[in-house]
Amino acid sequence: MSAPPLEIHDMTVAYHRKPVLWDIDVVVPEGRLVGIIGPNGAGKSTLIKAALGLIPLASGQVWFYGQPYARQRHRVGYVPQRESVDWDFPVTVQDVVLMGTYGALGWVRRPGARERRLAEECMETLGIQEFRHRQIRQLSGGQQQRVFLARALAQQADLYFMDEPFVGVDAQTEKTIIGLLQNLRNLGKTVLVVHHDLQTVPEYFDFIILLNMRLVAAGDMASTFTPENLQKAYGGRLTLLDQVAEAVRRGASP
Amino acid sequence: MWHWFAELDPNLQTAITVIVVATMTNVACALLGCFLVLRRMSLLGDALAHAVLPGLVIAFVFTGTLSLPAMFLGAVAIGVLTALLTEGLHRQAGVSEDASLGVVFTSLFALGVILIKRYGQDVDLDPDCVLNGMLEMVDDNVWQIGGFEVPRALVTILPVLILNLLFVVVFWKELLLGSFDPALATAMGFRAGLLHYTLMCLVALTTVAAFEQVGSILVVAMLIVPAATAHLCSDRLHIMLWLAAGFGALSALVGYAAALIFDVNTAGAMAVSSGIFYGAALFFSPRYGWVSRWLHQAALRLRIIAEDILGMIYRAEEWAAGRRLQPAEVFRGLGGGVWVRVVLSWLAWRDMIRRQPEGLELSPAGRLWAAAVVRSHRLWESYLVRHLGLPDDHVHEPAMRVEHYIEAPLQEQLAGALGAELLDPHGRPIPQLPAESESPNKDERQDQP
Repeated sequence: MSAPPLEIHDMTVAYHRKPVLWDIDVVVPEGRLVGIIGPNGAGKSTLIKAALGLIPLASGQVWFYGQPYARQRHRVGYVPQRESVDWDFPVTVQDVVLMGTYGALGWVRRPGARERRLAEECMETLGIQEFRHRQIRQLSGGQQQRVFLARALAQQADLYFMDEPFVGVDAQTEKTIIGLLQNLRNLGKTVLVVHHDLQTVPEYFDFIILLNMRLVAAGDMASTFTPENLQKAYGGRLTLLDQVAEAVRRGASP
Repeated sequence: MWHWFAELDPNLQTAITVIVVATMTNVACALLGCFLVLRRMSLLGDALAHAVLPGLVIAFVFTGTLSLPAMFLGAVAIGVLTALLTEGLHRQAGVSEDASLGVVFTSLFALGVILIKRYGQDVDLDPDCVLNGMLEMVDDNVWQIGGFEVPRALVTILPVLILNLLFVVVFWKELLLGSFDPALATAMGFRAGLLHYTLMCLVALTTVAAFEQVGSILVVAMLIVPAATAHLCSDRLHIMLWLAAGFGALSALVGYAAALIFDVNTAGAMAVSSGIFYGAALFFSPRYGWVSRWLHQAALRLRIIAEDILGMIYRAEEWAAGRRLQPAEVFRGLGGGVWVRVVLSWLAWRDMIRRQPEGLELSPAGRLWAAAVVRSHRLWESYLVRHLGLPDDHVHEPAMRVEHYIEAPLQEQLAGALGAELLDPHGRPIPQLPAESESPNKDERQDQP
């Protein structure tokens, strides 16, 4: 029995000492398409970033296939939010997709013929090969998201984290992306997706993590996507949790 | 190999030396500057170039020499202090990032000026020179290397240029990814902080190497302006770097000439000419310049007039079979103006319309173009009525505006959404295009962003 792709234990994350995620405990089994669901400000993106070591943990541990992230980063792919990068940056579609191969190359080594071929295949999978020489500002929102997805494919990971891949994309692209994610899942890979649209949740995912500053529920779609759990995640503000977080922040400053 | 140089006129020798030294400095700065601009750290580079001043003076006072290693250590120490103080003010004291940067670097710079005034005289360091440089006197300060007199400034800046070049070439991939998407770079194990501080150290080193002859004004300008100019003119990073280096070198050349002509400070003239290049790029850059944008708008306006003319003739023919419009009717119908006349002539010249005695007639190519426009118009009208629930009499105006932008693939999607509808809301047929033909102005349409 191999270790699960992702185990999070007692993870607490704080911005400026104010906790935004409390004591998260979750184990994601292999080969699932996982939706990370919750209201605005629930800490969905924070969960991903903290797991990948982009934000320091206030406490807790994260294990990837039973090991710390630094030992397993080559098995993990990441798609940041589309707005997190500067689309005026002087790079073409091909340049960006090729970036997916950088992690496996390590420091200094440059991508060669093998990496170029891989990038080419990934562009074809997403149907963006005809734009390969365009600067990325000249793409529509959906095309930009496809570029990010193609780059993630080029990472050839076993476990993927995707931060809101469906925001600002057209219906056709959304269909393409979800088809691609289901394909990855069918190949035995594990995919975690931060997702906003509650309506499509049962259709898209087979495992969900419901968040609202703390873990509300995590598990199989059928048993977890219940009105009671949704009520707990979305129903009203968690005033007491907010107040305690605020007290921690105030206590830390004079 | 240097004999030819020694035989030149001394004035020419000076000119060449000054331009070579300035070019090397400018290129060294421009290379790093590209990454400062792209990482939105322009101000930080600027701040660092200023803030290292007290570091230089302190190193100077302690060692009593102008040797590069001592200067560099002093500058890097202050550079790191700048970064730490800025971070500290921002993180711990909650001061906003730009304010903390502004406070730290102006204070340190002022401290540097005071220190120079106080201790500079003893060790021959002049605030005026630190600011404006003494490029004109680059010949006076030489080292003997292998029997040749080599300007000291050249010996200092050349290794720095090579180092910067190596840094960019060796860590190209990491710089590209780290600047474009720092989160992914960090997730992949390329520590963004490491690159960031290496970049900062190199900025400090370049500033130090340049300050003595070239002065900090030129360094500050060259770190940012050529890179910003190049960013306006290029869509790929390596082209941007080449262009930035080119603009840096050109500024050195033009600035030197300007300084001779107007009898002003050389470094200042170089910095000003780089600013002029930036202004020129704002106007003339192929993709982002105002001129090209204006031309693009003008081309779009002309195309809209052309399509309106074609659409008008098409509709008139359709309304009363075989009815031909007179040029004067078209002219009046589109509100007149010199451009309508010009476009009418252009359409006739391109053989889109033919002037017959009984009026204007569409050529086969013109008819195809007109049909595409009318199709796009009527598809959009039908869509507005059917899917947006707009009343019939409210859809003509919006469709007049939108018809010029709906390309063939979008037309097909609209047609798909409308099903087998063949008539528009006003009961007129939606033109069908022959399957294999494409709209004749396809290339023009693809230019639309």
